[in-house]
Amino acid sequence: MIRTTPFHERTSALNETQLWSHWSGHLAADRYQMSDKFEYFAVRNAAGIFDTSPLFKYRITGKDVEAFLGGVLARDIRACQPGNAQYTCWLDDRGFVIEDGVILRPGKNEFLLTSAEPNYAYFADRIGRFDVQIEDVSREIGTLAFQGPRSRNLLKQLVPQMEHIPYFGVAKGEIGGAGVTVSRTGYSGDLGYEIWIDTPDALHVWDTLWDSIEGQGVLPFGLAALYMLRIEAGLLLLEADFDSSRYAWNDAHRSTPIELGWAWMFRDLKNDDRAFIGRKALEKEIADKTSRWAMRGLVVDWRDYDRVYNEAGLIPPKDHAPVVEDWMLYDDDYERVGYATSFMYSPMLQRHIAIARVRPDFAAFGTKVNLEFTVDHHYEQVAAHVARLPLYNPERKTA
Amino acid sequence: MTMTAPKPTKSSKSGKNGNGSKSTKATSRADRTYDAIIVGGGHNGLVNGAYLAKSGLKVLVLERRHLVGGAAITEELRPGFWFTTFSYALSLLRPEIIHDLELVKHGFMPLLMSNTFAPGLDGEYLMFTQDHGQNQQEIARHSKHDADAYDQYSHDMEMVCQAIKPLLDMVPPDIFSDDPEEMIALANVGSRFKKMDKRVLHNAVRLLTGSAADFLDDYFESDLLKGYLSSSSIIGTKVGPRSQGSGLVLLYHSIGEHDGEFGAWAFHKKGNGGFTQVLARAAESFGAEIRLESPVDSVITKDGRATGVALQDGTEFYADTVVSALDPRRTFLELVNPRELPDDLVENIERFRFQGTSSKVNFALDGLPTFGDLDGSQFRGFTNIGPSMDYLERAFDDAKYGWYSQNPYIDCAIQSTIDADMAPPGKHVLSCFIQYTPYKLRESDWDSEKENLGDTVQRTLERFFPGFGDLVLQREVRTPLDIERTVGLSEGNIFAGEFFAPQMFFFRPAPGWSQYRTPIDGYYQCGSGTHPGGCVMGAPGKLAAGQILKDRAKVGAASGKTRVATRA
Repeated sequence: MIRTTPFHERTSALNETQLWSHWSGHLAADRYQMSDKFEYFAVRNAAGIFDTSPLFKYRITGKDVEAFLGGVLARDIRACQPGNAQYTCWLDDRGFVIEDGVILRPGKNEFLLTSAEPNYAYFADRIGRFDVQIEDVSREIGTLAFQGPRSRNLLKQLVPQMEHIPYFGVAKGEIGGAGVTVSRTGYSGDLGYEIWIDTPDALHVWDTLWDSIEGQGVLPFGLAALYMLRIEAGLLLLEADFDSSRYAWNDAHRSTPIELGWAWMFRDLKNDDRAFIGRKALEKEIADKTSRWAMRGLVVDWRDYDRVYNEAGLIPPKDHAPVVEDWMLYDDDYERVGYATSFMYSPMLQRHIAIARVRPDFAAFGTKVNLEFTVDHHYEQVAAHVARLPLYNPERKTA
Repeated sequence: MTMTAPKPTKSSKSGKNGNGSKSTKATSRADRTYDAIIVGGGHNGLVNGAYLAKSGLKVLVLERRHLVGGAAITEELRPGFWFTTFSYALSLLRPEIIHDLELVKHGFMPLLMSNTFAPGLDGEYLMFTQDHGQNQQEIARHSKHDADAYDQYSHDMEMVCQAIKPLLDMVPPDIFSDDPEEMIALANVGSRFKKMDKRVLHNAVRLLTGSAADFLDDYFESDLLKGYLSSSSIIGTKVGPRSQGSGLVLLYHSIGEHDGEFGAWAFHKKGNGGFTQVLARAAESFGAEIRLESPVDSVITKDGRATGVALQDGTEFYADTVVSALDPRRTFLELVNPRELPDDLVENIERFRFQGTSSKVNFALDGLPTFGDLDGSQFRGFTNIGPSMDYLERAFDDAKYGWYSQNPYIDCAIQSTIDADMAPPGKHVLSCFIQYTPYKLRESDWDSEKENLGDTVQRTLERFFPGFGDLVLQREVRTPLDIERTVGLSEGNIFAGEFFAPQMFFFRPAPGWSQYRTPIDGYYQCGSGTHPGGCVMGAPGKLAAGQILKDRAKVGAASGKTRVATRA
């Protein structure tokens, strides 16, 4: 039997469509009602609740935990002080990305790491003689993402401690008497929070939260809306925009953090004295400028897009459903200069957009490229320009 | 978002009067001189001003009221309750305008209206959602025949819309001109029709000239479905679904789009007032100055050309381009002296059909109405009170004989289920578009009948949603007379002139004057009374701006320089 999340009793009652995906062996709602776009707008205009429980979660504790994580995680964990969270990644010794995830530091020697795929063995096998314990708490903790402009003002009624936490801050509090951890994190690129709840309290916390948001325009949202939000937000998806180097067959399927647009994680590498896995390769890549790709946003030229469809006598489709396929990018001489990995029509931006890799010499913002896809079963190219990620980045996200 | 006076932005070239100040007497003539002055800050005036400012002109938009938007406004008539007083949804807005004017940067946000609810009189209903298969099942509950007929109809309509749509985005050729450029333009329109598939062309002509009922009867048998679909054929127009001419209105209401989907409608964040605030910010960002509470008395002309405008308080502003965003009657018969115009134009404008026939009744609600087992939280789009074609036709019968419908057609939207910012938590706003309510009543007037109309509407809603009356916290009735008085639309016609074949394309607003110019040099028109017409389309404002810039370039080329404001 497929597993269900700790909130399933409630989410299944709300899921009018009964459309579910399998996510890490759990049922996860695709959408709750007939329109995923309506859920998407609820997040951008009010707030939405997403059950993110199927993520893998590891509690990592012990006297030496900071030194241990400093060695296995690429981003400097020491910058993540207690009461904070950090977006991080871990590399292999050739400097390729294994995975990314958010790590919470609720206490000095206590961390909670999330990942899309199982990573228990990877970390446990690297503890060595450190005084560090790692525990897979994926099933012990249910997680709700509460995302959107109204999220702070609504959640603070229940958890006053979270009102002033900064972007990637963490607070502890109670919802309906049950202890919860609240982090200002999420996968929507909007103002938003994630609530970490002990599984036995899950339904009680859901009910308390649900009652508190009645009449506020808050909707539960499913994977379909989430996948729209994350493309606008420039947040990468494993097995869509990149693959884990652990399971790659060759380097074409591997990426370095620089190639994924995460150079900002290593801005202070000079003053960072850690010996972390992949460091030497990373330093060499930066010094020798050997990165093969730059991760960028693409904004499609709307006139050119409409042109190819109008010429074919078709209504130019403006479909918000993401296309997660490699679509090639060319320069004007038909030389390949990159590929898009996630494509969609963004209702907020009123443009077709993509997350794409471009050759470093095409990475300057505003550079014109040609995006190739099929119209009427033949290839067409439309103009697009290279843009900074995230393409949608409201002030409230970090304010 | 505030609905108060838009503040001039830093980039505003001359922002000191933009916030509704009236004291300009002390300023010099130079300060009151612009390249272009737009009379009327409705959506077309704003679009026109934004395009002209974007092209580098020094632009002044003059608005009579304390807020911009014309009929596209949102007002907080009760604390926390925001009413879309008049216009209430978006669909026909030209997508080019969104891009050209960078509206996204200024807060453009067209929220999806994700379903449509069409209740019948017998407890039955149709609920259309975004799920195509479910819609087929829903229609099949009423008629198995109509389930796939609906797909055929939708496809046929889309083919017509795709073929006709380019006409919305072009200046109509001047069919009375011998100018070779105009003859080529006309030939291009002709060739567009010539290239059409036979069936598409025939359907287009049937819609442009015939009745919606004839067209729909070919496809469908369900009264409820036909009632719902034919409702779009009467909006804003004094026709019934069985009148010739209703096909044109149906086509117009199908040709709009939301994110590329024909016929889909959106609710802009904070309503169409939220949208016009976005337009105002865009216009100001390009440097346009918006001056509120500045009613224009007349356009100043000298030797057959426009030189500026005079406000009702006597203040004068100067420009060699003056654009009226008002309706044709005001543009030609009020802002300028009709004696300066050719007789045939004056005659045509005098007989231009307005005959407003729609009203708005807006409600603040204490909770959501219910329909049988359905609760109102599921109504996330339009609710269509038009249960059959007979119902609509009978509603029209009242109007034919000078009275308002005793069982009116109502296009409802509980806008707070789409945008929670429209009402306090747990409370709601309901916008109701009402038809038929003819501007001229037989042996009575709207000041006497206004609240009776409100009662009629409330009674009708009670019939469909038992207990509705108990939810009402406040009611706002806006008759055609109110629309005329508040917004300035003659006879309260929401399209600034009816959608009616002899008043469209080459003939809008009058034969020979469909290219946004007027007989007075430098005086232009850009309101919804020009092609392609009403609804929040913005096309007239955009197309007029194109003509103005073209003319200025010609004059500039003739005089060897680009014209700038140097009159002072």
